[in-house]
Amino acid sequence: MSIMKIERKRGEGMSNEGFDVIVVGAGVAGNVAAYLLGREGLQVLLIERGNYPGSKNMTGGRIYSHSLEKIMPDFAKEAPIERKITREKVFMMTEKSSIGLDFQSSLLGTHGSDSYSVLRGVFDQWLAEKAEEVGVEIVTGICVDDLIIRQGKVCGVIAGIDQIESGVTILADGINSLLAQKAGLRKEFKPSHVAVGVKELIELPAELIQERFQCNENEGTACMFAGFPSDGRIGGGFLYTNKESISLGVVCTLSDLIKGQKALPQLMEDFKTHPTVAPLIKEGKLVEYSGHLVPEGGVEMMPKIIGDGVLVVGDAAGFCVNLGYAVRGMDFAIASGECAARAVSKAYQGGGYSEGDLQVYRDYLEESFVLHDMKLYRNFPKFLETTPRVFSDYPKLLEGIMTDMFVMNGQPTQALVKTIMKHINKVGVLKITRDAWKGVRSV
Amino acid sequence: MSTMNVDAKLSLNKFYVNEEYAHIVLNRNAETESSEFRKLMLACPAGLYKQDDKGRILFDYAGCLECGTCRILCGKTILEKWEFPQGTFGIEYRWG
Repeated sequence: MSIMKIERKRGEGMSNEGFDVIVVGAGVAGNVAAYLLGREGLQVLLIERGNYPGSKNMTGGRIYSHSLEKIMPDFAKEAPIERKITREKVFMMTEKSSIGLDFQSSLLGTHGSDSYSVLRGVFDQWLAEKAEEVGVEIVTGICVDDLIIRQGKVCGVIAGIDQIESGVTILADGINSLLAQKAGLRKEFKPSHVAVGVKELIELPAELIQERFQCNENEGTACMFAGFPSDGRIGGGFLYTNKESISLGVVCTLSDLIKGQKALPQLMEDFKTHPTVAPLIKEGKLVEYSGHLVPEGGVEMMPKIIGDGVLVVGDAAGFCVNLGYAVRGMDFAIASGECAARAVSKAYQGGGYSEGDLQVYRDYLEESFVLHDMKLYRNFPKFLETTPRVFSDYPKLLEGIMTDMFVMNGQPTQALVKTIMKHINKVGVLKITRDAWKGVRSV
Repeated sequence: MSTMNVDAKLSLNKFYVNEEYAHIVLNRNAETESSEFRKLMLACPAGLYKQDDKGRILFDYAGCLECGTCRILCGKTILEKWEFPQGTFGIEYRWG
Protein backbone atom coordinates (compact mmCIF):
# COMPACT_ATOMS: atom_id res chain seq x y z
CA MET A 1 0.00 0.00 0.00
CA SER A 2 1.39 3.41 -0.85
CA ILE A 3 1.48 6.30 1.53
CA MET A 4 -1.03 8.15 -0.63
CA LYS A 5 -3.56 5.38 -0.12
CA ILE A 6 -3.02 5.62 3.60
CA GLU A 7 -3.69 9.33 3.42
CA ARG A 8 -6.94 8.78 1.58
CA LYS A 9 -8.02 6.07 3.98
CA ARG A 10 -7.47 8.43 6.86
CA GLY A 11 -9.20 11.27 5.07
CA GLU A 12 -12.57 9.67 5.64
CA GLY A 13 -13.85 11.17 8.86
CA MET A 14 -10.49 12.16 10.27
CA SER A 15 -8.58 15.38 10.19
CA ASN A 16 -6.37 15.50 7.15
CA GLU A 17 -3.41 17.02 8.91
CA GLY A 18 -1.42 13.83 8.95
CA PHE A 19 -0.61 11.57 11.83
CA ASP A 20 0.11 12.28 15.45
CA VAL A 21 3.18 10.08 15.17
CA ILE A 22 5.23 8.61 12.35
CA VAL A 23 7.62 5.83 13.27
CA VAL A 24 10.31 5.02 10.71
CA GLY A 25 11.48 1.41 10.85
CA ALA A 26 9.63 -1.69 12.03
CA GLY A 27 12.35 -3.29 14.11
CA VAL A 28 11.76 -4.04 17.76
CA ALA A 29 12.20 -0.42 18.92
CA GLY A 30 9.90 1.02 16.26
CA ASN A 31 7.26 -1.66 16.69
CA VAL A 32 7.15 -1.24 20.46
CA ALA A 33 6.93 2.56 20.28
CA ALA A 34 4.15 2.30 17.67
CA TYR A 35 2.31 -0.37 19.65
CA LEU A 36 2.29 1.61 22.89
CA LEU A 37 1.18 4.84 21.20
CA GLY A 38 -1.49 3.03 19.17
CA ARG A 39 -2.77 1.50 22.38
CA GLU A 40 -3.07 5.00 23.84
CA GLY A 41 -5.31 5.96 20.96
CA LEU A 42 -2.87 8.15 19.01
CA GLN A 43 -2.91 8.09 15.21
CA VAL A 44 0.30 6.24 14.38
CA LEU A 45 1.88 5.43 11.04
CA LEU A 46 4.72 2.90 10.98
CA ILE A 47 6.80 2.89 7.79
CA GLU A 48 9.07 -0.01 6.87
CA ARG A 49 11.29 -0.09 3.78
CA GLY A 50 11.36 -3.89 3.55
CA ASN A 51 8.51 -5.95 2.15
CA TYR A 52 7.51 -6.98 5.65
CA PRO A 53 8.60 -6.00 9.15
CA GLY A 54 11.82 -7.83 9.94
CA SER A 55 12.80 -8.43 6.33
CA LYS A 56 15.81 -6.10 6.67
CA ASN A 57 16.62 -7.05 10.24
CA MET A 58 19.11 -9.45 11.66
CA THR A 59 20.32 -10.42 15.10
CA GLY A 60 23.10 -12.65 16.35
CA GLY A 61 20.48 -14.39 18.10
CA ARG A 62 19.20 -13.68 21.58
CA ILE A 63 16.65 -11.41 23.23
CA TYR A 64 16.69 -10.81 26.99
CA SER A 65 12.99 -10.87 27.75
CA HIS A 66 12.67 -8.42 30.65
CA SER A 67 11.90 -5.22 28.75
CA LEU A 68 9.29 -6.73 26.42
CA GLU A 69 7.87 -8.78 29.29
CA LYS A 70 7.07 -5.53 31.05
CA ILE A 71 5.07 -4.32 28.03
CA MET A 72 3.53 -7.63 26.92
CA PRO A 73 3.44 -10.02 29.87
CA ASP A 74 3.95 -13.66 28.91
CA PHE A 75 4.83 -12.69 25.33
CA ALA A 76 7.07 -15.74 24.96
CA LYS A 77 4.05 -18.05 25.15
CA GLU A 78 2.63 -16.51 22.03
CA ALA A 79 5.53 -14.98 20.12
CA PRO A 80 7.57 -16.95 17.60
CA ILE A 81 10.62 -17.35 19.81
CA GLU A 82 13.05 -20.18 19.08
CA ARG A 83 14.47 -21.66 22.31
CA LYS A 84 14.74 -20.53 25.90
CA ILE A 85 18.45 -20.18 26.72
CA THR A 86 19.25 -22.27 29.78
CA ARG A 87 22.92 -22.82 29.16
CA GLU A 88 25.71 -20.30 28.69
CA LYS A 89 29.13 -21.16 27.37
CA VAL A 90 32.10 -18.84 27.00
CA PHE A 91 35.27 -19.97 25.26
CA MET A 92 38.78 -18.73 24.72
CA MET A 93 39.79 -20.15 21.38
CA THR A 94 43.02 -20.69 19.46
CA GLU A 95 43.45 -22.30 16.07
CA LYS A 96 43.69 -25.76 17.62
CA SER A 97 42.01 -25.47 21.01
CA SER A 98 39.17 -24.03 23.00
CA ILE A 99 38.98 -23.56 26.74
CA GLY A 100 35.49 -23.01 28.04
CA LEU A 101 33.25 -22.07 30.88
CA ASP A 102 29.93 -23.86 31.00
CA PHE A 103 27.05 -22.49 33.06
CA GLN A 104 23.88 -24.52 33.05
CA SER A 105 21.22 -23.46 35.50
CA SER A 106 17.50 -23.33 36.04
CA LEU A 107 18.20 -19.79 37.31
CA LEU A 108 18.75 -18.81 33.68
CA GLY A 109 15.19 -19.62 32.75
CA THR A 110 13.36 -17.77 35.52
CA HIS A 111 10.28 -16.02 34.25
CA GLY A 112 10.94 -12.32 33.72
CA SER A 113 14.72 -12.70 33.55
CA ASP A 114 14.82 -15.38 30.89
CA SER A 115 16.25 -15.02 27.40
CA TYR A 116 15.36 -16.55 24.05
CA SER A 117 17.00 -17.19 20.74
CA VAL A 118 15.03 -15.45 18.01
CA LEU A 119 15.04 -14.89 14.25
CA ARG A 120 14.05 -11.36 13.39
CA GLY A 121 12.49 -11.99 10.01
CA VAL A 122 9.88 -13.96 11.91
CA PHE A 123 9.80 -12.22 15.29
CA ASP A 124 9.39 -8.66 14.03
CA GLN A 125 6.40 -9.64 11.89
CA TRP A 126 4.66 -10.90 14.99
CA LEU A 127 5.47 -7.73 16.92
CA ALA A 128 4.14 -5.61 14.04
CA GLU A 129 0.89 -7.60 14.11
CA LYS A 130 0.52 -6.59 17.75
CA ALA A 131 0.92 -2.94 16.73
CA GLU A 132 -1.60 -3.37 13.93
CA GLU A 133 -4.10 -4.89 16.37
CA VAL A 134 -4.13 -1.67 18.40
CA GLY A 135 -4.75 0.49 15.35
CA VAL A 136 -1.28 1.34 14.07
CA GLU A 137 -1.21 1.84 10.29
CA ILE A 138 1.73 -0.04 8.82
CA VAL A 139 3.08 0.55 5.34
CA THR A 140 5.84 -1.66 3.97
CA GLY A 141 8.06 -1.41 0.92
CA ILE A 142 8.40 2.36 1.36
CA CYS A 143 11.82 3.85 2.01
CA VAL A 144 11.71 7.22 3.75
CA ASP A 145 14.21 9.40 1.89
CA ASP A 146 14.08 12.54 3.93
CA LEU A 147 12.33 14.52 6.64
CA ILE A 148 10.07 17.52 6.30
CA ILE A 149 11.89 20.16 8.33
CA ARG A 150 10.47 23.64 8.90
CA GLN A 151 12.35 26.18 11.01
CA GLY A 152 14.37 23.39 12.50
CA LYS A 153 11.33 21.33 13.45
CA VAL A 154 10.73 17.87 12.01
CA CYS A 155 7.16 17.91 10.67
CA GLY A 156 6.94 14.58 8.86
CA VAL A 157 8.60 12.42 6.26
CA ILE A 158 9.30 12.40 2.53
CA ALA A 159 9.26 9.20 0.49
CA GLY A 160 9.70 9.65 -3.25
CA ILE A 161 7.12 12.21 -4.31
CA ASP A 162 4.98 11.66 -1.23
CA GLN A 163 5.10 13.91 1.80
CA ILE A 164 3.30 13.04 4.95
CA GLU A 165 2.97 15.22 8.04
CA SER A 166 3.16 14.24 11.66
CA GLY A 167 3.23 15.92 15.05
CA VAL A 168 6.30 13.96 16.01
CA THR A 169 8.58 11.51 14.19
CA ILE A 170 10.35 8.60 15.87
CA LEU A 171 13.49 7.45 14.07
CA ALA A 172 13.84 3.71 14.52
CA ASP A 173 15.65 3.26 11.24
CA GLY A 174 18.60 1.28 12.51
CA ILE A 175 22.29 1.83 12.93
CA ASN A 176 22.70 3.48 9.53
CA SER A 177 20.02 6.05 10.41
CA LEU A 178 20.49 8.38 7.48
CA LEU A 179 17.49 10.30 8.79
CA ALA A 180 19.13 11.14 12.13
CA GLN A 181 21.96 12.62 10.07
CA LYS A 182 19.52 14.59 7.93
CA ALA A 183 17.88 15.89 11.11
CA GLY A 184 21.33 17.10 12.19
CA LEU A 185 21.25 14.87 15.26
CA ARG A 186 24.36 12.89 14.54
CA LYS A 187 27.56 12.64 12.57
CA GLU A 188 28.94 9.48 11.09
CA PHE A 189 29.81 6.75 13.59
CA LYS A 190 33.53 6.00 13.92
CA PRO A 191 34.95 2.64 12.80
CA SER A 192 36.15 2.07 16.37
CA HIS A 193 32.58 2.40 17.65
CA VAL A 194 31.03 -0.03 15.24
CA ALA A 195 31.40 -3.76 14.73
CA VAL A 196 30.32 -5.79 11.74
CA GLY A 197 28.71 -9.16 12.22
CA VAL A 198 28.23 -11.97 9.77
CA LYS A 199 25.97 -14.92 10.44
CA GLU A 200 25.12 -18.23 8.88
CA LEU A 201 21.81 -19.85 9.63
CA ILE A 202 22.37 -23.59 9.56
CA GLU A 203 19.43 -25.97 9.56
CA LEU A 204 19.53 -29.07 11.74
CA PRO A 205 16.75 -31.32 13.03
CA ALA A 206 15.49 -30.35 16.51
CA GLU A 207 16.38 -33.75 18.02
CA LEU A 208 19.94 -33.47 16.77
CA ILE A 209 20.29 -30.01 18.33
CA GLN A 210 18.96 -31.34 21.63
CA GLU A 211 21.46 -34.21 21.56
CA ARG A 212 24.46 -32.14 20.57
CA PHE A 213 23.77 -29.39 23.07
CA GLN A 214 22.35 -31.67 25.74
CA CYS A 215 19.20 -29.71 26.22
CA ASN A 216 15.49 -30.30 26.55
CA GLU A 217 12.98 -29.59 23.84
CA ASN A 218 12.44 -25.82 23.52
CA GLU A 219 15.57 -25.10 25.53
CA GLY A 220 18.95 -24.17 24.18
CA THR A 221 22.46 -22.84 24.50
CA ALA A 222 24.29 -19.58 23.87
CA CYS A 223 28.03 -19.76 23.17
CA MET A 224 30.55 -16.94 22.87
CA PHE A 225 34.09 -17.40 21.58
CA ALA A 226 37.07 -15.05 21.96
CA GLY A 227 40.36 -15.27 20.10
CA PHE A 228 40.49 -17.39 16.98
CA PRO A 229 37.14 -16.35 15.39
CA SER A 230 38.37 -12.77 14.94
CA ASP A 231 41.96 -13.89 14.22
CA GLY A 232 43.15 -12.44 17.52
CA ARG A 233 41.60 -9.04 16.89
CA ILE A 234 38.78 -7.26 18.73
CA GLY A 235 35.69 -9.32 18.19
CA GLY A 236 34.48 -12.84 18.65
CA GLY A 237 32.34 -15.69 17.53
CA PHE A 238 28.84 -16.62 18.64
CA LEU A 239 26.50 -19.57 18.44
CA TYR A 240 22.84 -19.71 19.39
CA THR A 241 20.59 -22.72 19.11
CA ASN A 242 17.23 -22.14 17.45
CA LYS A 243 14.38 -24.64 17.19
CA GLU A 244 15.59 -26.28 14.02
CA SER A 245 18.68 -24.31 13.18
CA ILE A 246 21.86 -22.84 14.56
CA SER A 247 22.86 -19.19 14.32
CA LEU A 248 26.62 -19.13 13.93
CA GLY A 249 28.57 -15.97 13.38
CA VAL A 250 31.59 -13.72 13.79
CA VAL A 251 31.65 -10.10 14.92
CA CYS A 252 34.65 -7.76 14.51
CA THR A 253 35.22 -4.12 15.40
CA LEU A 254 35.68 -2.29 12.10
CA SER A 255 38.75 -0.27 13.08
CA ASP A 256 40.61 -3.45 14.03
CA LEU A 257 39.29 -5.74 11.30
CA ILE A 258 40.86 -3.54 8.63
CA LYS A 259 44.30 -3.89 10.24
CA GLY A 260 44.23 -7.66 9.83
CA GLN A 261 45.05 -10.04 7.03
CA LYS A 262 41.90 -12.13 6.80
CA ALA A 263 38.66 -10.97 5.25
CA LEU A 264 35.49 -11.31 7.31
CA PRO A 265 33.88 -13.98 5.10
CA GLN A 266 37.07 -16.01 5.47
CA LEU A 267 37.04 -15.59 9.26
CA MET A 268 33.50 -16.96 9.21
CA GLU A 269 34.53 -19.94 7.11
CA ASP A 270 37.54 -20.74 9.31
CA PHE A 271 35.40 -20.48 12.44
CA LYS A 272 33.01 -23.05 10.95
CA THR A 273 35.80 -25.52 10.41
CA HIS A 274 37.33 -25.13 13.89
CA PRO A 275 37.48 -28.52 15.68
CA THR A 276 35.16 -27.24 18.42
CA VAL A 277 32.56 -25.88 16.01
CA ALA A 278 32.62 -28.32 13.09
CA PRO A 279 31.03 -31.28 14.96
CA LEU A 280 28.24 -29.03 16.25
CA ILE A 281 27.10 -28.08 12.76
CA LYS A 282 27.97 -31.33 11.00
CA GLU A 283 25.39 -32.31 8.36
CA GLY A 284 23.74 -28.95 8.80
CA LYS A 285 22.44 -27.11 5.78
CA LEU A 286 23.23 -23.44 5.26
CA VAL A 287 19.98 -21.63 4.45
CA GLU A 288 20.75 -17.94 4.93
CA TYR A 289 23.83 -15.71 5.05
CA SER A 290 23.40 -12.36 6.72
CA GLY A 291 25.38 -9.33 7.83
CA HIS A 292 24.76 -6.35 10.06
CA LEU A 293 26.49 -3.57 11.99
CA VAL A 294 26.48 -3.43 15.77
CA PRO A 295 26.82 -0.18 17.75
CA GLU A 296 29.46 -0.98 20.35
CA GLY A 297 30.86 2.40 21.33
CA GLY A 298 28.56 2.87 24.32
CA VAL A 299 27.68 6.37 25.52
CA GLU A 300 30.73 7.73 23.68
CA MET A 301 28.98 7.20 20.36
CA MET A 302 25.50 8.26 21.44
CA PRO A 303 24.09 10.90 19.12
CA LYS A 304 21.67 13.62 20.09
CA ILE A 305 18.47 11.65 20.63
CA ILE A 306 15.96 14.47 20.98
CA GLY A 307 15.20 17.26 18.54
CA ASP A 308 12.29 19.50 17.70
CA GLY A 309 9.54 17.08 16.71
CA VAL A 310 11.85 14.07 16.62
CA LEU A 311 13.21 11.25 18.80
CA VAL A 312 15.80 8.57 18.06
CA VAL A 313 15.49 5.01 19.42
CA GLY A 314 17.20 1.61 19.25
CA ASP A 315 20.29 0.99 17.13
CA ALA A 316 19.84 4.42 15.51
CA ALA A 317 20.65 5.88 18.94
CA GLY A 318 23.53 3.45 19.51
CA PHE A 319 21.77 1.64 22.36
CA CYS A 320 23.69 -1.59 22.81
CA VAL A 321 26.12 -3.14 25.24
CA ASN A 322 28.54 -5.89 24.29
CA LEU A 323 30.40 -7.37 27.23
CA GLY A 324 31.80 -10.33 25.38
CA TYR A 325 29.92 -12.85 27.49
CA ALA A 326 26.59 -11.09 26.95
CA VAL A 327 25.45 -9.00 24.01
CA ARG A 328 22.45 -6.80 24.62
CA GLY A 329 20.76 -4.81 21.91
CA MET A 330 17.13 -5.79 21.58
CA ASP A 331 16.26 -5.32 25.25
CA PHE A 332 17.77 -1.82 25.06
CA ALA A 333 15.92 -1.10 21.81
CA ILE A 334 12.60 -2.18 23.29
CA ALA A 335 13.08 -0.15 26.47
CA SER A 336 14.08 2.91 24.43
CA GLY A 337 10.96 2.45 22.29
CA GLU A 338 8.92 2.37 25.47
CA CYS A 339 10.59 5.49 26.89
CA ALA A 340 10.00 7.32 23.59
CA ALA A 341 6.34 6.29 23.57
CA ARG A 342 5.87 7.52 27.13
CA ALA A 343 7.55 10.82 26.27
CA VAL A 344 5.43 11.30 23.15
CA SER A 345 2.28 10.43 25.06
CA LYS A 346 3.12 13.02 27.72
CA ALA A 347 3.96 15.65 25.12
CA TYR A 348 0.71 14.83 23.29
CA GLN A 349 -1.25 15.55 26.43
CA GLY A 350 0.76 18.72 26.96
CA GLY A 351 -0.07 19.83 23.44
CA GLY A 352 3.36 20.20 21.84
CA TYR A 353 6.36 18.30 20.53
CA SER A 354 9.09 20.88 20.86
CA GLU A 355 12.57 19.75 21.86
CA GLY A 356 11.78 20.97 25.37
CA ASP A 357 8.49 19.07 25.51
CA LEU A 358 10.28 15.89 24.50
CA GLN A 359 13.11 16.15 27.05
CA VAL A 360 11.25 13.69 29.28
CA TYR A 361 12.47 10.98 26.88
CA ARG A 362 15.95 11.38 28.33
CA ASP A 363 14.58 11.44 31.89
CA TYR A 364 12.78 8.14 31.27
CA LEU A 365 15.92 6.63 29.78
CA GLU A 366 17.92 7.82 32.80
CA GLU A 367 15.42 6.24 35.17
CA SER A 368 15.44 2.94 33.27
CA PHE A 369 18.36 0.56 32.88
CA VAL A 370 19.10 1.94 29.40
CA LEU A 371 21.26 4.93 30.21
CA HIS A 372 22.28 3.53 33.57
CA ASP A 373 23.86 0.47 31.97
CA MET A 374 25.24 2.39 29.01
CA LYS A 375 27.06 4.62 31.50
CA LEU A 376 28.09 1.80 33.81
CA TYR A 377 29.91 0.03 30.98
CA ARG A 378 31.21 3.21 29.37
CA ASN A 379 34.85 2.21 29.79
CA PHE A 380 34.49 -1.33 28.54
CA PRO A 381 34.77 -0.60 24.78
CA LYS A 382 37.93 1.40 25.52
CA PHE A 383 39.28 -1.45 27.64
CA LEU A 384 38.97 -3.88 24.74
CA GLU A 385 40.40 -1.38 22.30
CA THR A 386 43.47 -0.85 24.45
CA THR A 387 43.88 -4.45 25.59
CA PRO A 388 44.26 -6.54 22.44
CA ARG A 389 45.86 -9.30 24.55
CA VAL A 390 42.36 -10.48 25.50
CA PHE A 391 41.94 -11.76 21.96
CA SER A 392 45.47 -12.89 21.18
CA ASP A 393 47.89 -13.62 24.05
CA TYR A 394 45.39 -14.84 26.65
CA PRO A 395 43.78 -17.61 24.60
CA LYS A 396 47.31 -18.84 23.78
CA LEU A 397 48.37 -18.58 27.41
CA LEU A 398 45.45 -20.72 28.52
CA GLU A 399 46.08 -23.20 25.72
CA GLY A 400 49.68 -23.53 26.91
CA ILE A 401 48.71 -24.20 30.52
CA MET A 402 45.98 -26.66 29.55
CA THR A 403 48.28 -28.50 27.17
CA ASP A 404 50.92 -28.94 29.87
CA MET A 405 48.26 -30.12 32.30
CA PHE A 406 46.43 -32.59 30.09
CA VAL A 407 48.93 -33.82 27.51
CA MET A 408 51.02 -36.70 28.89
CA ASN A 409 53.91 -37.80 26.74
CA GLY A 410 56.18 -39.61 29.18
CA GLN A 411 58.52 -36.66 29.66
CA PRO A 412 59.17 -35.71 33.29
CA THR A 413 56.51 -33.18 34.29
CA GLN A 414 56.96 -29.99 36.27
CA ALA A 415 55.03 -28.85 39.32
CA LEU A 416 51.76 -27.22 38.31
CA VAL A 417 52.68 -23.83 39.73
CA LYS A 418 55.92 -23.84 37.74
CA THR A 419 54.02 -24.78 34.59
CA ILE A 420 51.51 -22.02 35.04
CA MET A 421 54.18 -19.42 35.85
CA LYS A 422 56.15 -20.41 32.77
CA HIS A 423 53.19 -19.47 30.58
CA ILE A 424 52.27 -16.38 32.58
CA ASN A 425 55.81 -15.08 32.34
CA LYS A 426 55.62 -15.23 28.55
CA VAL A 427 53.06 -12.43 28.68
CA GLY A 428 54.30 -10.83 31.89
CA VAL A 429 52.82 -10.86 35.38
CA LEU A 430 52.57 -7.08 35.49
CA LYS A 431 50.72 -6.85 32.20
CA ILE A 432 48.27 -9.52 33.24
CA THR A 433 47.62 -7.93 36.62
CA ARG A 434 47.14 -4.54 35.03
CA ASP A 435 44.79 -5.92 32.36
CA ALA A 436 42.76 -7.83 34.93
CA TRP A 437 42.44 -4.73 37.10
CA LYS A 438 41.47 -2.58 34.11
CA GLY A 439 39.00 -5.20 32.93
CA VAL A 440 37.31 -5.68 36.26
CA ARG A 441 36.97 -1.94 36.76
CA SER A 442 35.42 -1.44 33.32
CA VAL A 443 32.52 -3.77 34.03
CA MET B 1 42.01 -23.59 5.64
CA SER B 2 38.96 -24.47 3.66
CA THR B 3 38.30 -22.69 0.40
CA MET B 4 35.38 -20.42 0.56
CA ASN B 5 32.99 -19.07 -1.97
CA VAL B 6 30.90 -16.32 -0.48
CA ASP B 7 28.94 -15.94 -3.72
CA ALA B 8 27.59 -19.46 -3.28
CA LYS B 9 26.45 -18.52 0.22
CA LEU B 10 24.81 -15.31 -1.01
CA SER B 11 22.97 -17.27 -3.68
CA LEU B 12 20.93 -18.89 -0.90
CA ASN B 13 19.55 -15.49 0.11
CA LYS B 14 16.47 -13.86 -1.27
CA PHE B 15 17.33 -10.66 -3.13
CA TYR B 16 15.16 -8.34 -5.17
CA VAL B 17 17.86 -6.64 -7.19
CA ASN B 18 17.02 -3.30 -8.70
CA GLU B 19 18.78 -3.67 -12.03
CA GLU B 20 17.95 -0.08 -12.94
CA TYR B 21 19.50 1.65 -9.98
CA ALA B 22 22.72 1.15 -8.05
CA HIS B 23 22.34 2.18 -4.42
CA ILE B 24 26.11 2.12 -3.81
CA VAL B 25 28.51 3.71 -6.28
CA LEU B 26 32.30 3.95 -6.07
CA ASN B 27 33.98 7.15 -7.09
CA ARG B 28 37.05 7.61 -9.29
CA ASN B 29 39.47 7.46 -6.38
CA ALA B 30 38.56 3.83 -5.80
CA GLU B 31 40.97 2.81 -8.56
CA THR B 32 43.93 4.57 -7.03
CA GLU B 33 43.25 4.56 -3.29
CA SER B 34 44.20 0.93 -2.84
CA SER B 35 44.53 1.17 0.93
CA GLU B 36 40.95 2.34 1.16
CA PHE B 37 39.70 -0.35 -1.20
CA ARG B 38 41.59 -2.96 0.80
CA LYS B 39 39.58 -2.03 3.91
CA LEU B 40 36.41 -2.96 2.08
CA MET B 41 37.90 -6.21 0.75
CA LEU B 42 38.57 -7.17 4.37
CA ALA B 43 35.38 -5.94 6.00
CA CYS B 44 32.46 -6.35 3.58
CA PRO B 45 30.59 -9.36 4.95
CA ALA B 46 29.32 -10.19 1.48
CA GLY B 47 32.79 -9.98 -0.08
CA LEU B 48 31.50 -7.66 -2.79
CA TYR B 49 34.70 -5.64 -3.10
CA LYS B 50 37.19 -7.69 -5.11
CA GLN B 51 40.29 -7.49 -7.22
CA ASP B 52 40.90 -9.57 -10.32
CA ASP B 53 44.20 -11.26 -11.23
CA LYS B 54 45.50 -8.05 -12.73
CA GLY B 55 44.68 -6.03 -9.65
CA ARG B 56 41.69 -4.27 -11.20
CA ILE B 57 38.92 -3.53 -8.75
CA LEU B 58 35.52 -5.15 -9.01
CA PHE B 59 32.30 -4.28 -7.23
CA ASP B 60 28.72 -5.38 -7.68
CA TYR B 61 25.94 -4.10 -5.43
CA ALA B 62 23.67 -7.05 -6.27
CA GLY B 63 24.62 -9.19 -3.26
CA CYS B 64 24.58 -6.29 -0.79
CA LEU B 65 23.36 -7.07 2.72
CA GLU B 66 22.81 -3.34 3.37
CA CYS B 67 24.87 -3.40 6.55
CA GLY B 68 26.64 -0.06 6.03
CA THR B 69 30.20 -1.27 6.66
CA CYS B 70 31.53 0.37 3.48
CA ARG B 71 29.73 3.60 4.31
CA ILE B 72 31.33 3.83 7.76
CA LEU B 73 34.80 2.90 6.50
CA CYS B 74 34.98 4.69 3.15
CA GLY B 75 31.87 6.86 2.86
CA LYS B 76 34.05 9.97 2.63
CA THR B 77 36.91 8.52 0.57
CA ILE B 78 36.06 6.15 -2.26
CA LEU B 79 32.26 5.99 -2.22
CA GLU B 80 30.36 8.30 -4.51
CA LYS B 81 27.17 7.45 -2.67
CA TRP B 82 25.59 5.02 -0.25
CA GLU B 83 21.84 4.83 -0.02
CA PHE B 84 19.34 2.21 0.99
CA PRO B 85 17.91 0.40 -2.00
CA GLN B 86 14.55 1.83 -3.01
CA GLY B 87 11.54 0.42 -1.16
CA THR B 88 10.85 -3.32 -1.73
CA PHE B 89 14.31 -3.85 -3.28
CA GLY B 90 17.43 -5.45 -1.89
CA ILE B 91 17.98 -8.21 0.64
CA GLU B 92 14.95 -9.90 2.16
CA TYR B 93 15.76 -11.94 5.23
CA ARG B 94 13.42 -14.87 5.60
CA TRP B 95 14.87 -15.68 9.02
CA GLY B 96 17.27 -12.88 9.92
